[in-house]
Amino acid sequence: MSDSLLNVEQFFCERDDRVLFRDVSFSLAAGEILQVVGHNGCGKTTLLRSLSGLSSYAVGDIFWRGKPYTDVMPDYRREVLFHGHLAAVKHLLSPRENLRWFVDIFCAGEGDIESALCEVGLRGYEDVPCGNLSAGQLRRVALARLLLSPAVLWVLDEPFTAIDVHGISMLQGMLQRHLAGGGAILLTSHQQIDIADVRSLNLELYK
Amino acid sequence: MMVRDSLWLGMLATLRREMTLLWRRKSDSLNPLLFLLMVSSLFPLGVSPAPDVLALLSPGIIWVVALLSCLLSTESMFRSDFDDGALELMLLNPQPLYFHVMVKVLAHWCLTGIPLAIMAPVVALMLNLPPAAIPVLMISLLLGTLPLVFIGAIGAALTVGLRRGGVLLSLIVLPLYVPVLIFGADAVKRAAEGSFAPGQLAILAAFFMLSFALAPLAVAGALKISVDS
Repeated sequence: MSDSLLNVEQFFCERDDRVLFRDVSFSLAAGEILQVVGHNGCGKTTLLRSLSGLSSYAVGDIFWRGKPYTDVMPDYRREVLFHGHLAAVKHLLSPRENLRWFVDIFCAGEGDIESALCEVGLRGYEDVPCGNLSAGQLRRVALARLLLSPAVLWVLDEPFTAIDVHGISMLQGMLQRHLAGGGAILLTSHQQIDIADVRSLNLELYK
Repeated sequence: MMVRDSLWLGMLATLRREMTLLWRRKSDSLNPLLFLLMVSSLFPLGVSPAPDVLALLSPGIIWVVALLSCLLSTESMFRSDFDDGALELMLLNPQPLYFHVMVKVLAHWCLTGIPLAIMAPVVALMLNLPPAAIPVLMISLLLGTLPLVFIGAIGAALTVGLRRGGVLLSLIVLPLYVPVLIFGADAVKRAAEGSFAPGQLAILAAFFMLSFALAPLAVAGALKISVDS
């Protein structure tokens, strides 16, 4: 247990007078991937947003490298990357400009934007305003952040949305490399994931 | 030392990004200017074209219209960031949100508040404000629009999560605008009467500093609540 990155204990969520889940506890160590499953509206997104610190609907204890996460907040923010439903890509900026800001804020200015964009299949689109890109391409701009970020834990909410078959296999490759490099992944997806040892957490068992 | 360097880098990055965004959405910054010009030109038509009447009313008119045009541009301040998720990313950044909010609102002021102050002499001539009062008008608007923009940012941050927050935004923000209006318009009125009122300008400067230092705290808190709900 000592080498686990994230420990979540006794997570409880109530929304609109309905208990979505209670007593959710799990831990995640380096190299592990956990898929949160459950039907629509069972609280997957709420769980992930609460773990990232964006939402306070779900409450419980979060430990990052053994310490309460509120005590190590700047480290936690640096080491955990949240990738949500919204792409967080500005339509008036080009992919390069969008990622430049991300790199300056989250990666202390270091990161190879060109090769990240190339890797997610946006070579030649670096300077096109993002408003002219398709929904799938916008998601790819957002996915390029995963390649640039130094974060250890990726929290991905439906990362396979809107991307094509080729993009899905690309993303699976990215996930695999992240795990092999000692990272950890927490994701929600209705997609079957082709990675060995995917643990799953069914939120419907915690009602 | 390293943390401070990366904070500077981050603030510069936010400033560059916001400036680029505002520059590419020029209509957002031109709108308050056009509003000032058009609404001010209605007063001679609607009230009286007599020069002495206009001279009497012009300090108040210019200030009230400048205030309303600031209000006009506040609602869009966080709207697109909220809609496309950029706000979530900003809240998750490892650096203090306070500084990023401050830089973002400052960028907004640079492209809405400062142009208002620069444009004001044109409107002042049209409304027959005594030329001696024009420098004071410009200084008072320069000092006064920053608190207006920062107060507006608090309201915009509180209401960004609501689909139709426009009315609520005005209700929250307008009462807080009143002190700025009183001292701003009074400074110009005194100058138009031929006396100089450093006291009024000093109070505006105090509003300037206070809102600059404290409003980002409120805006950051309000944004967290808006994203949470």
